[in-house]
Amino acid sequence: MASQKAVKSKKRDINKMGYLFVAPFVIVFLIFNLYPVLRTLYLSFTDYQGFGDPVFVGLQNYERVLTDKFFWRDLWNTIKIWGVNIVLQLGLAFLLTIIFSDIKYKVRGLSIYRALFYLPNLIAATSVAFLFKTLLDWKYGTINQILTGAGIMGSPVDWLGSTATAPYVISVIGAWMWFGNSFIMLMAGVQGISKDYFEAAAIDGAGRWKVFLKITLPLLKPILLYVGITSLIGGLQMFDLPFLMCGGTIGNPSGSTQTVVMYLYKFGFETNQVGFASAIAYTLFVIILVVSVIQFKVMYGKNKNEGR
Amino acid sequence: MAFRIKKSILYIALTALAVLCLFPFLLMMVNATRTGSEIVTSFTLIPGQALAENWQIVSGYFNLFKGMANSLMVAIPATLLSGYFSSLTAYALVVYKFKGNKLLSVIIVVFMMIPSQLSLLGFYDLVTMLNLVDSYIPLIVPAIAAPGIVFFLRQYCEASIQPALLEAARMDGAGEIKIFHKIILPLMSPGIATMSIGTFIGNWNNYLTPLILLNSPDKFTLPVMVASLNSSTDITANQGAIYLAVAISVIPILIVFAFCSKYIISSISAGGVKE
Repeated sequence: MASQKAVKSKKRDINKMGYLFVAPFVIVFLIFNLYPVLRTLYLSFTDYQGFGDPVFVGLQNYERVLTDKFFWRDLWNTIKIWGVNIVLQLGLAFLLTIIFSDIKYKVRGLSIYRALFYLPNLIAATSVAFLFKTLLDWKYGTINQILTGAGIMGSPVDWLGSTATAPYVISVIGAWMWFGNSFIMLMAGVQGISKDYFEAAAIDGAGRWKVFLKITLPLLKPILLYVGITSLIGGLQMFDLPFLMCGGTIGNPSGSTQTVVMYLYKFGFETNQVGFASAIAYTLFVIILVVSVIQFKVMYGKNKNEGR
Repeated sequence: MAFRIKKSILYIALTALAVLCLFPFLLMMVNATRTGSEIVTSFTLIPGQALAENWQIVSGYFNLFKGMANSLMVAIPATLLSGYFSSLTAYALVVYKFKGNKLLSVIIVVFMMIPSQLSLLGFYDLVTMLNLVDSYIPLIVPAIAAPGIVFFLRQYCEASIQPALLEAARMDGAGEIKIFHKIILPLMSPGIATMSIGTFIGNWNNYLTPLILLNSPDKFTLPVMVASLNSSTDITANQGAIYLAVAISVIPILIVFAFCSKYIISSISAGGVKE
């Protein structure tokens, strides 16, 4: 009895080690993760200019954000750039997943193709931005040279200088950078599906499309949701590419590529209206949260109804 | 027959897509060896003679190797810290029962989903308050608390550690700290390595945080240095030099990729399956 008690108390002591082990994480987390999030929230209710004491101004900054036509324009720009990007990116990733998981064709070389498709993802956005900015130059860029040289276009296009093309050029470059990532995730999901399902379907004589719609797609739902939400969180925070390719926070031409985070950066770090910039950050966060929840509901809400 | 043709078309399409992924880098390499006026007037895939000349312009403008060294000085400690402390935290969450264990696990998931830009202004304000602007400390130390990596390693830990092993080590009189370092860390090392590649590349490529924190050009990390091409007018006149500067910034990652592509791919696959 006594020894049992000793063992028990020793076990409790061992469990206390947990505090020691998580202590560094918790301390750094409180300082560098939690505090900045709460501090930004606090600043969003003040008129803070980057120095002196912040003065509380209530919801004034939020009112300003919600009535600021540039904020809404930038939100629309961001959604437009992200929307075109995600359609291209996920569409391509999906197509590749279908090709590589096809039982009939048994396409080989998955690991090599996967690696090559993923390569653009690894390169720093700054390098990608400069590479494409130079390649896409109106007068001297190599891409216009190739396209006019091959007779695809009569005259060079000012890709980054026209509001009709610039935002979509960013979308396409984004899709080029990130489709490999989405493909790898979707493919990992497909490989995680038990072979039994496919074999059973084959025995039942189900066609390729039926297998895809009835087995692959429903079982990929969790991963699709994950890819969708991570892409949304990243996409609505788009900054590097348009910032570097379209003339800093201006978002040339005529603000058509200015994203919400570029707008935030402009006020937070260029004109030092930190309180206002913080309100932009939280407004964007709420938007991301709402859209994520909608995404979740759309994908899972329907499923529940089917179950009934 | 039709089957074969269709299959060939598939392979051609896939290969074309792979070429499309590589082509911009190929153009970059070729153009890095040509003079500005050559690039402006014609397009070719045959390397030119101007590599040395371009290098002169680039090195006269900034020291890219210094930028690389700076990036390493941030990325290596950050990667080591996040690998070590994330596994420590993950292990503690799996093995020990203590008050707040559940709460911490929930907080970790919540903070994984919170966009980083949300706290950017508060973070900058904190760094100013701590007098750490233009220092590498705020770029490195936060790596100790990486919710996403703890989340992944926690699952890795659950799958790879057997309680019997811990009991046996405790019977032999090994202390908890020793058990972690001698038994657990080696056991978890494949998972840590997988995560570390991602952490390293993320830190190496990070642009926005160093952009707002670093002021002195001799402390610039590689992405910030490359981005400063934007404000220089003399170098933009010479496209060859820009291509060369970008090429130099990209080559280290290409080399890492050549050796570690397998691990990199598996780390993303892991991210996909975790949900």
